[in-house]
Amino acid sequence: MINFQFVRTSVIKTALGLVSKDSKATFIAGGTNLVDLMKRGVTAPEKLIDINHLPLKQIELKNNVLHIGALVSNSALAENQLVKEKFPLLMLALKAGASAQLRNVATVGGNMMQRTRCGYFYDTTMPCNKRQPGSGCGAIGGYNRMHAIFGTSEFCIAVHPSDMCVGLVALDAQVVLASIKGERKINFIDFHRLAGTTPEKDNNLQKGELIVRLEIPINNLNKNFHYLKVRDRTSYAFALVSVAAALEINNNTISNARLAMGGVAHKPWRLQLVEEFLKGKPATTATFEEAAKLAMNGAKGFGENDFKLKLAPNTIIEALTLAKAKA
Amino acid sequence: MEFFIDENDRVDGIEKVTGKAKYFAEYQLPGLTYGVLVTSTITKGKIIAIDTKAAKNAPGVLDVLSHLNKPSAAGYEQAGGSPMKIFYTDQVFFNGQPIAIVVADTFERATYAASLVKVSYEKTAFNTDFEASIKDAAVKKLQGAPPYVRGIADAYKTAEVKVEQTYKMPVETHNPMELHGIIADWGVNDKVTVYAKTQGVKSTQNTIANVFKIPAENIQVNSQFVGGGFGMALRTWPLEIAAIMASKQLKKPVKLIITRDQMFTMVGNRPAAYQKIGLGATKDGKITGITHTAFGQSATYENFTEGVVNMSKFMYDSENVNTNYYVIPLDMGVPIWMRGPGEATGAFALESAIDEMAFALDMDPLDFRAKNDPEQDPSQKRPFSSKYIKEAYKLGAAKIGWNNRKNKPGSIVEGSWQIGYGVSVGVFNAGRGRASVKGILKADGTLVLQSATSDIGPGTGTGMTLIASKLMNIPVYKIVFELGDSSLPPAPSQGGSATLSTVGSAVNDVCVALKSTIAELAANSNMDATSNFVDVLKKNNLPMIEKTIQSSQNNPEAKNYSMYSFSIHFVQVKVHQLTGVVKVNKIVSVGDSGKIVSPKTARSQMVGGAVGGIGMALTEEAILDNRYGRYVNNNFADYHVPVNADVPDIDVIFIDKPDPIVNPMGAKGMGEIALIGFAGAVANAVFNATGKRIRSLPITPDKVLEA
Repeated sequence: MINFQFVRTSVIKTALGLVSKDSKATFIAGGTNLVDLMKRGVTAPEKLIDINHLPLKQIELKNNVLHIGALVSNSALAENQLVKEKFPLLMLALKAGASAQLRNVATVGGNMMQRTRCGYFYDTTMPCNKRQPGSGCGAIGGYNRMHAIFGTSEFCIAVHPSDMCVGLVALDAQVVLASIKGERKINFIDFHRLAGTTPEKDNNLQKGELIVRLEIPINNLNKNFHYLKVRDRTSYAFALVSVAAALEINNNTISNARLAMGGVAHKPWRLQLVEEFLKGKPATTATFEEAAKLAMNGAKGFGENDFKLKLAPNTIIEALTLAKAKA
Repeated sequence: MEFFIDENDRVDGIEKVTGKAKYFAEYQLPGLTYGVLVTSTITKGKIIAIDTKAAKNAPGVLDVLSHLNKPSAAGYEQAGGSPMKIFYTDQVFFNGQPIAIVVADTFERATYAASLVKVSYEKTAFNTDFEASIKDAAVKKLQGAPPYVRGIADAYKTAEVKVEQTYKMPVETHNPMELHGIIADWGVNDKVTVYAKTQGVKSTQNTIANVFKIPAENIQVNSQFVGGGFGMALRTWPLEIAAIMASKQLKKPVKLIITRDQMFTMVGNRPAAYQKIGLGATKDGKITGITHTAFGQSATYENFTEGVVNMSKFMYDSENVNTNYYVIPLDMGVPIWMRGPGEATGAFALESAIDEMAFALDMDPLDFRAKNDPEQDPSQKRPFSSKYIKEAYKLGAAKIGWNNRKNKPGSIVEGSWQIGYGVSVGVFNAGRGRASVKGILKADGTLVLQSATSDIGPGTGTGMTLIASKLMNIPVYKIVFELGDSSLPPAPSQGGSATLSTVGSAVNDVCVALKSTIAELAANSNMDATSNFVDVLKKNNLPMIEKTIQSSQNNPEAKNYSMYSFSIHFVQVKVHQLTGVVKVNKIVSVGDSGKIVSPKTARSQMVGGAVGGIGMALTEEAILDNRYGRYVNNNFADYHVPVNADVPDIDVIFIDKPDPIVNPMGAKGMGEIALIGFAGAVANAVFNATGKRIRSLPITPDKVLEA
């Protein structure tokens, strides 16, 4: 078998030091995706740094900002009382992801780091620019029913598979990254990347950096919200299209809106222009329909995923309608 | 811990839920080695070279076998013939074809070494595109069954009302939870022992005997528990022969278990199908013509056919019926029967078309079916041995609340969802084969029954025990039914819903024989004819008596009847107007399969069929990239079988009336009818909910949205 080293540490600094020194070392937390990738020969790290014992499992509210440790499991986060009260949209997004068994093991940081489910990425005999830059994109001209309609490039049309991240990008989360040089904080929306000419890079994490926590500022979006995931079966299926929607409504007028989509792009797809459009508008079906139309600007199908050009706006309308109906 | 078993529980239920039941992969043999297959990464062509140097040098590796260095298999030495002779050719027939086996001391080391085998190929052009091949005149189409004509061919064309439509079925894979494989142990003097995943231990035994030209009695096949088969374990696959060859060569036991992605390519699948149905009727709803033309997927190196068009010949009363069935050989792994085999595919098309016709006539689809229900089998001009389908219509309709259904589609709306009802029938031959059972009646009050049959999950032992219990008046816990062992009296493979009928008849016959012996012994020892067998045996100083009986295949009257099991599936669905998502809300499945011998396991069969039916209707599709000839969703995350959340409560109703002809129990098979017809019921319900007719399975949200 392909031998690799397995190192466990409970000290963040040690973990960071190990990865910064070694170009073939990588962190492992829940391993729900990484182990699959290793089994399929997609990746072959020479050293795994087990970070499950690092002290990154806290969820706490500090100065109106929720701090979430990167090693909090998806299920623990979904069941957390603060999350349920303050960010129920995130709870719904988490529960829409994977299966109960996977959510018990998968971590917040790992969820952000999971790789696309594109079949060409997983089959090492087929072309894939993400797995092997320069080998071509199998999905363009091939099976692309699950693939992106926004922000695609001629090199890659894969989608980011996470539900949690769709909720987080809608909630203006920030990501705290640590390296041996110290910590830095970036907006969640800037964490994941579009494929562009470098589809092998899913995100802007630098070599040697570790996601240590998320921070989400408290907002008033916990009354009218919905996460709607459209998929091929009721559970344990990736999104065809998903929508995270949250509204603040006063006297039937929208004063604040958040809207993001999953299953449509190489990153969680925040729709800030549409949010701006919604502000000040009446919370009516007509408004939602116009918003959905606006959201589709620049969308492009690749054949088998053309249906998303219809499904995506419909899902936005339904998600906004259900968000409005919630209170 | 104490367990209580009531007479309807599975006799092996405790073993199964406590982990005591041993499946083939769990046998630990001394010196066990592990095989891993190297598979082709091209779809068609020739192997030029196999570089095994790195693999052979890898730690723990014992050998790498391929067509270049395999041990001889005498049955493969003659040229030509089918099935595919593994390691006897340099030809690649499909992508994922096993071309070498690496054997090592651990599974992990064998897996790694397999990744080091370098194969060079000469590629040639290939064709895996089923749908394009139907229209392509250059692609050959083989007759899959003789054309059938009754009355006037294509009579539907001149009918007052006609329906002419095309229905599509994708490749489905069986993919039971238990992966396929074998443990092979080639011992001294060519004595071979295998632990197999098979639906027929005698079939596996015979195949091995034929391949290696050794006497069948040299081969011991064990397969007591099987973790799901659905048809894929009805034959011995080339991969199993590869493991046996490796064991022969290395003189060590070899365990080979294939991977989940290999489950998509080398152990068969439900073939893709493309079907045209032409249906003609009078304005008042009498069918005047049925034309059913089907194309099925097959392989270039072996042919596969199934009964796709069978049902159209006799299910409805029409003077004019013609059917045609062709298969298209593609550069893909050969298909194999999958639960409800061709009939499930055919029923989807026929029962969708029947629903379309009922709608065109503005008739309730149940009334339309009842009006065209034949009194006797119109294809054979003889009566059915038993058929209670009209009673089944009534019972199912009452249970699902059919009177809430509106004939006009889109009539029931609840919020964003549209509600609809659908119905479809299923039918399958109530076959009965020949089997032998040995009965050993002991003075301690117990009965042991033995037969080389199988249990892939339906509860064979439970059914047989119940048959014997009733006949012998012995409680079930004092009866043991042994199966899954090729040294036991022969029985056919478990398939085609025939085990209960076939082996159950032999159990019946052996019990009758044992009773008659006891009666003779009682008479000889001046005991009352009704004496308990324990007393009779004791009085005669006999520790036991034994009888082995081969059941006569059929009641002599059987040839005068058509024997079928019937099912009728009712579903209520909801369809989301904006997203196209379909959810099955309610299911009522009614079985007309004669007398129910084992109510609990029979119900489980129907439930399993409905769950498989949801998969066929809504989620299952193995997707091939025709540019590469490779599957792109070959795993359980992307090939969608239904999850619990997709499955509502399922009501199962049995007619439970004995068939007077088929066998002494009056029981007809039911494994297949549990699934056959189900997908049509869902498609018909989606139409009733939305007015959208989806003629291509599975009915995924995109298809509903774009219809």
